[in-house]
Amino acid sequence: MSVMLDKKIVFITGAVRGIGYASAKVFARAGATVLLGGRYLEKIEQAIDVIRQQLPDAELAPILCDVSDEKSVKTAFQKIFSTYKRLDVLLANAGVLNDALIGMVTTEQIREVFGVNTFGVLYCSQYASRLMARTGAGSIILISSIIATNGNKGQAVYGGSKAAVIGITKSLAKELAEQNIRVNAIAPGFIDTDMARSIPVDKFRERLDSIKLGRIGQPEEVANVALFLASDLSSYVTGQIIGVDGGMLI
Amino acid sequence: MSNEERLVKVFSEALDIDSSLVVDNLQYNSIPEWDSIAHMALVAALESEFDIMMDTDDIIDMSSVQKAKEILAKYEVSFT
Repeated sequence: MSVMLDKKIVFITGAVRGIGYASAKVFARAGATVLLGGRYLEKIEQAIDVIRQQLPDAELAPILCDVSDEKSVKTAFQKIFSTYKRLDVLLANAGVLNDALIGMVTTEQIREVFGVNTFGVLYCSQYASRLMARTGAGSIILISSIIATNGNKGQAVYGGSKAAVIGITKSLAKELAEQNIRVNAIAPGFIDTDMARSIPVDKFRERLDSIKLGRIGQPEEVANVALFLASDLSSYVTGQIIGVDGGMLI
Repeated sequence: MSNEERLVKVFSEALDIDSSLVVDNLQYNSIPEWDSIAHMALVAALESEFDIMMDTDDIIDMSSVQKAKEILAKYEVSFT
């Protein structure tokens, strides 16, 4: 087993599928103790079981957490504190996609998307940075999106929520640097997740045509960049937004 | 070492001030050393020293040494 994240405590939100799940596998393979966050214990345990089949020695544990609910986030971090007494890496991955043309966007949609994608990132970063401050080191990795910088029709709410993540990343990087906590974001392009598969077929084809590498990205390819940002290989990297998009143009 | 002594030591070290200045009526932002940046370092030091995790509201409310004692009492850290 690799020692890249040996003995590191890593918390991943939205870890039961997609980029979060792939990251849990990649981080576990790198030697970390991975805490898989999600809203439903049964789903988290299923994910853990599947990873354990491939990595029998992996250190994995479930953390119930609805990132849009500040009380739930607090409870999750209290559990991390009481059990592990430290946190080395946060991968704030939980996200939702709920697109609509601006004229048909409901308040409920806005609250849901910003609640998870933006408020959730702030809540988790707040508690994670406090735990990291105790040990004087840490890496916070946030998930933004290519839509945040480039925009897209029908994605004003999603794009806005992910653009906020960029502002959060750059601000926190400055604020937390003196505590030796690095903060970076990944801006994935079109990645092969349930979220990407949920879009209409014609839009799916259109997206593929816009990617210079000519294919959809795999969650593991995003997870590998997250691993870089989590590890000491990126010890002098903070406040950066790293695109993982295969040269996608929107 | 009593909890009172531990508290004074944490304040003194986190704020980089003489321990004689750590008295109950020392107020947040009343000295240059206890600004918002130092406040977060102080919170981290208190949490580590007393092995607790404070609520965000308590961090915001911790406006003096006396208030810190009252808040820590909620986490079963006694100063009597």
